Amino acid sequence: MWQSNAAYQVGFVVLVFAAWFFATQWLAISPLLMPDPVNVIKRLAQLLQSLEWMDPFWVTASEVLSAFALSSVLGIALSFVLSRSLWVVKTFDPLLNGINAVPAILFFPLFALLFGLGPGSKIALGFTISFFPIVINTTAAFGRVESIHLKAATCMGASKWQLLRYVLLPSAIPMILSGLRMGLTLAFLSVLGGETIASFNGLGHQIAESSQAMDSELMYAWILFVIAVSFSLNTTLSLIERIGGRAP
Amino acid sequence: MFVVNPLDIAVEIKGVSHSFEGALGQAGAELMALSTTDLAIRRGELLSLIGPSGCGKSTLLNMMGGLLTPTSGEVRVNGAIVTAPMPKTVSFVFQENALFPWNTILDNIVVALTFQNVPSGERLDVAHQALKAVGLSEFAQYYPDQLSGGMRQRAALARALSLKTDIILMDEPFAALDEQTRMVLGEDLSTLLNQTGKTIVLVTHSLGEAVFLSDRIAVISARPGRVLEVIEVGEPHPRHPEFVTSGKFAELRNRLYALLHDEIRQTLSTQAMGIPSAGLQSAAGSSRHD
Repeated sequence: MWQSNAAYQVGFVVLVFAAWFFATQWLAISPLLMPDPVNVIKRLAQLLQSLEWMDPFWVTASEVLSAFALSSVLGIALSFVLSRSLWVVKTFDPLLNGINAVPAILFFPLFALLFGLGPGSKIALGFTISFFPIVINTTAAFGRVESIHLKAATCMGASKWQLLRYVLLPSAIPMILSGLRMGLTLAFLSVLGGETIASFNGLGHQIAESSQAMDSELMYAWILFVIAVSFSLNTTLSLIERIGGRAP
Repeated sequence: MFVVNPLDIAVEIKGVSHSFEGALGQAGAELMALSTTDLAIRRGELLSLIGPSGCGKSTLLNMMGGLLTPTSGEVRVNGAIVTAPMPKTVSFVFQENALFPWNTILDNIVVALTFQNVPSGERLDVAHQALKAVGLSEFAQYYPDQLSGGMRQRAALARALSLKTDIILMDEPFAALDEQTRMVLGEDLSTLLNQTGKTIVLVTHSLGEAVFLSDRIAVISARPGRVLEVIEVGEPHPRHPEFVTSGKFAELRNRLYALLHDEIRQTLSTQAMGIPSAGLQSAAGSSRHD
């Protein structure tokens, strides 16, 4: 079953590349808009070989991880405190959802002013965008712990710490993980977005720079590189979520 | 009839009443769940609490377990006033969903023993013994979701037994099970309890279950609940299926029904007047499924 799925998935990717290739051969499309994929892949191979990808990759990775570390630690801590009181949850949950609906990218110019064009503004943007989904999911996760489980544990003599360790966390972890996954994906998206708007370095910066230099082949090569990175990120996260959601 | 030695009383309920504040969602509104009640539960007996929905029988059970504090009066377990749960003396069996779904049934028991501060070296052995006692040894590594309702309830019983408390409080432990499974589990429970000599208080809706399992049955009136009568069953444990078809069983069951009939009518008519009750909803829900 899995193998036949994988065959179709690979087939789909091959099909996309084939369509791209034939479009550049047979249709009169400017190579500036859509360069030949064969050239793009050659440029990508050069890029990988020259190790020039490493510096921008680490810049972006460190921005994403900093933003994510901040939003997950602060987000889970805040959720845990919030979820101790039903009143607080009922009051703040609509507020958090409302804030989450605000397009936080609007604040990027402000972050650029406050933190400069370096990693600071990207981390601030990544944090702002990934923080709320993490808080909303984690609060809901703690809120959905069955009261019968808490009652049973209390009757059996569980201490406060044991309640957290053996009941609250295992009960909440699947939903916390899906919130974290969403948070990391959003942090990645927003850091890249921020980099393409205004930055000194990073993967998004490389894409914007090659576009401005009208080097479309290089731009596409960077885009393929980012797609590969986000694909591996997503696969890893799914795996962690599956393992973490199953056993305590 | 009997003169009971105070040392033979496991749980003593003296002048206990309980009201829920603002139960109707209004400030200052009070709902009297249980009016002044006296009841003594003898060491080693199985006493059932039976009565219409919302009569406060679960409230009474929760007060015995230290999960609720009486509005007035006092509850004593082994002579000491109950103020909080007593994990070394009293354990609970709830309805079907009280096992932790993220643990195997073996781990469910190990975690319970951890809560109870049993030394870590002994936990696994005790857990295996408890599962063996209820016939679930082969299913130790199964998660609750992978078991039938009856097996889950056996596992919950094993968890309560593993805690080795003198007293076990059961809140409608078989309510979610079908009739046949209930009967079989009832027989098993009767055999098991006969061996262990524990004091059991069982809240139930089922007249048959109450007669089949109990040494005594306390019949509780409609809300606000009070003890209408305590009926002695007077049949030795372990009980066998033949007991169900005996004249004595039918007679006791009819007597219970006669006592409860008017109370249930009264509950239904107050519910029809728009007083909210989870009981009516669940009754309506179950009839739809039938």
